[in-house]
Amino acid sequence: MTFRLRNFVAATIAVIGATIMTQPATATTIERVVSPGGIEAWLVHEPSLPLVAMSFAFLGGAAEDPAEKPGVGYMVASLLDEGAGELDSKAFQRRLDDTATELRFSVTQDYFYGSIRMLSEQRDQSFDLLRLALNHPRFDADAIARIREEVMSGLRRETTDPGSIASQTWWRTAFPHHPYGQPNNGTLASVPTIGLTDLQTYTGRMLARSNLKVAAVGDIDAATLGQTLDRVFGELPAEAKPTTIRDRTLQGGGKRVVVSLNVPQSVVRMGGAGVPRKDPDFMAAYIVNHILGGGSFTSRLYGEVREKRGLVYGVSSYLLTLRHSALFMVSTQASNEHTREAVDLIEAAIRRMADEGPTEAELSKAKAYLKGAYVLNLDTSGKIASVLLQNQLDDLGIDYIDRRQRMIDAVTVDDARRAAKRLGAGGLLTTVVGEPKDLASREPGP
Amino acid sequence: MPNILCRCWSARAVGGLAVAFSVFAGAAQAAPKPDVAHFTLDNGLEVVVIPDRRAPVVTHMVWYKVGAADETPGKSGLAHFLEHLMFKGTAKNPAPLFSQTVAFVGGQENAFTTQDYTGYFQRVSRENLKMLMEFESDRMTGLVLNDQAVVPELKVVLEEYNQRVANNPRARLGEQIDAALYLNHPYGRPVIGWRHEIEKLTRDDALAFYRRFYTPANAVLVVAGDVTADAVRTMAEQTYGKVANVAKIGPRHRPQEPPSVAVRHVTLADPRVQQPTLQREYLVPSSTTAKPGEGEALEVLSFILGRSNTGRLHNALVVERGLAVSAGGWYRGTALDSAQFGIIATPKPAVTLPKLEDAVDAVIADLVAKGVTPDEVERAKSRMIADAIYAQDSQATMARWYGMALTTGSTVEKVLNWPDRIRAVTADAVNAAAKTWLEKRRSVTGYLITDTRREDKRT
Repeated sequence: MTFRLRNFVAATIAVIGATIMTQPATATTIERVVSPGGIEAWLVHEPSLPLVAMSFAFLGGAAEDPAEKPGVGYMVASLLDEGAGELDSKAFQRRLDDTATELRFSVTQDYFYGSIRMLSEQRDQSFDLLRLALNHPRFDADAIARIREEVMSGLRRETTDPGSIASQTWWRTAFPHHPYGQPNNGTLASVPTIGLTDLQTYTGRMLARSNLKVAAVGDIDAATLGQTLDRVFGELPAEAKPTTIRDRTLQGGGKRVVVSLNVPQSVVRMGGAGVPRKDPDFMAAYIVNHILGGGSFTSRLYGEVREKRGLVYGVSSYLLTLRHSALFMVSTQASNEHTREAVDLIEAAIRRMADEGPTEAELSKAKAYLKGAYVLNLDTSGKIASVLLQNQLDDLGIDYIDRRQRMIDAVTVDDARRAAKRLGAGGLLTTVVGEPKDLASREPGP
Repeated sequence: MPNILCRCWSARAVGGLAVAFSVFAGAAQAAPKPDVAHFTLDNGLEVVVIPDRRAPVVTHMVWYKVGAADETPGKSGLAHFLEHLMFKGTAKNPAPLFSQTVAFVGGQENAFTTQDYTGYFQRVSRENLKMLMEFESDRMTGLVLNDQAVVPELKVVLEEYNQRVANNPRARLGEQIDAALYLNHPYGRPVIGWRHEIEKLTRDDALAFYRRFYTPANAVLVVAGDVTADAVRTMAEQTYGKVANVAKIGPRHRPQEPPSVAVRHVTLADPRVQQPTLQREYLVPSSTTAKPGEGEALEVLSFILGRSNTGRLHNALVVERGLAVSAGGWYRGTALDSAQFGIIATPKPAVTLPKLEDAVDAVIADLVAKGVTPDEVERAKSRMIADAIYAQDSQATMARWYGMALTTGSTVEKVLNWPDRIRAVTADAVNAAAKTWLEKRRSVTGYLITDTRREDKRT
């Protein structure tokens, strides 16, 4: 099946002296490729540069770590390129360099990700290294010991890093007795206990064909990609063996946790209820978040907290749609003296948005931004592959890029007002790390 | 060690810019060379156009040949402070009209400051390029500042200082190493400035600096993406071409370094340090100040010695001797004046920093004594040159390379010929570079520790 991405919107709008065209257009075609062995991938065939980028993910991620051993998936991700097949760690790393292959693995709470970039002239060799890493990782004892030391070193550093403490405290408090409450990279207690069996068990359970999504971009055609998919992923077990992870709304709404640390600037993490990715209000919530604290220099939070008062260098909010929870998050850092004021302003801005919603003008500007900005994510092979992969993980359909513009346009002020009330509904859980003046821990109010 | 500061510290901005340091590359090996156009407008503004027609997007950047190293002593942080203030509007386009318009068309924008250059950029769909040029050319000389905008922005910059430096022991060590490495050159001052000097910066300071350095003849326009050189030339003439020069720009002469004669050590103790670190910087030539071939040899040397996972430091300290959790190095060769060759290593829990430092010294001594092998050199070169192909996949990366080159004394031709220059490096040249430049008296070694009273003292 083939979908064309073209002229999503064609509008000419005059803004004080400048003529502005909002007309993102690409001639890119997304193909659905199914290998002879039945493995699916989305492909953008773009042969003008001699390179190929592929991104893939296995559903599962750090949430599939054993309850008593957080950090297993993270260790696996760190070890897959530390020796595979006949190649020990040194030989494997050397082969990667000799073939100019860029290979990365990582875990988030929900996914075990991989990405690879290669030159056309090395395509077979590069894909073969990926095949070895996924199907025949060695997990040699010396490599495990070395990577364990590296992870422990990072964890030790995090014990006094205000940002890490703030995030970990937030997640631990929001999701007690749930995998999301555990750090992806494990703990100082868990990592020393992670051994060969844990790594092999995780790999055998979670790296399978049933929970795999793949996207490829660049100098590779559909037929070649089909054969490659079978070669690289065909040896994996057919079925993953995930555990049952329960959907969960966050705990601790309205609660504030202050962790004392001797630093001049406090780090603040706030979070509350969001809107699920498949919820009819998702797009409205996404637009509202952009107006409130999304990633440009024009958001309400940026204006109130940074531009007008100079209290912070950065302040932003975002929607986090996990597979088992939907969240609305805010983060900032302010000097200890002004942390209280910054937090109060953020809370007030969120309340005001919930009470009044955005204005018509804000809504139309945000829509224009979000429609126009999407194409900026499609200007390198790696970025296109990431977008195509994420759209598969979010189950949005191969024509989503086409539909997205219409979905944005369809959001009304009433939709936005309704969605605005849902962001942080039930109260925000706030964690602060530093020595903030006049700001103490508190339990949720009445 | 904040070598690049951004107006807004998003992961995207910092990650993307950091990549530019890892290798300084140009045209590709197997891929067609990018069709780069380079011309100068009548008012002296240099223009570089890098077509990439794959997506209907353009990256528009204006680079000024001024950075923190051009500040007057006592005014550290001024170049960066002005970068922030450049978003405060002009008479023709009062703030926040520019930012709002960029946002309205779905564009992204940011700005950055280093020792040698200050840059402003937007990424938009191609139809909006002319509009950006109108805005950006207007703020080239039209900035208007009042205290209502300046006073809160100084607070923002102080919060940026807190975030990047005060809250971050590793960044504070980096500042101390730089300060000790440079005895005379302003590269020893942090780009963000010393806090006591940032606090005193004023609107008048910023405007004076602006009027001294911001003028078409001191700037480079780089446009990459879905455009042709002819179209950019026409639009640039209609916008930037109308801006008259308001300042006369002289040669960029900064105080130069005397010969390095003393091995230096600095130790920074912070009770929050739970993981000690060793970091060293050598004072070495940049790709601009180096003799022909020498900068390229230093690049290959840094790959062989310092590459993570395959470099000699990693193999010796992490894999073979088991002393370090990680070990690597870098050469930051893109600079108008001298450059740094750096080493960083993180010890395992029972290993002291002096012991780790001895091991680093042994790896370097062995390399200098026995030399690198021709095989190592060929492998390194081949892998490095591949990055020139990967770079062509990103219009933003290409734009950065050319902007960096032209604001640090390099040329379009040198960037285009980078693969050929790397290909020409021999094992002898690498060995000569190691022997000449990795002398300990040219270096500062920094220790990051918890408490000076009880651990890791060098006897």
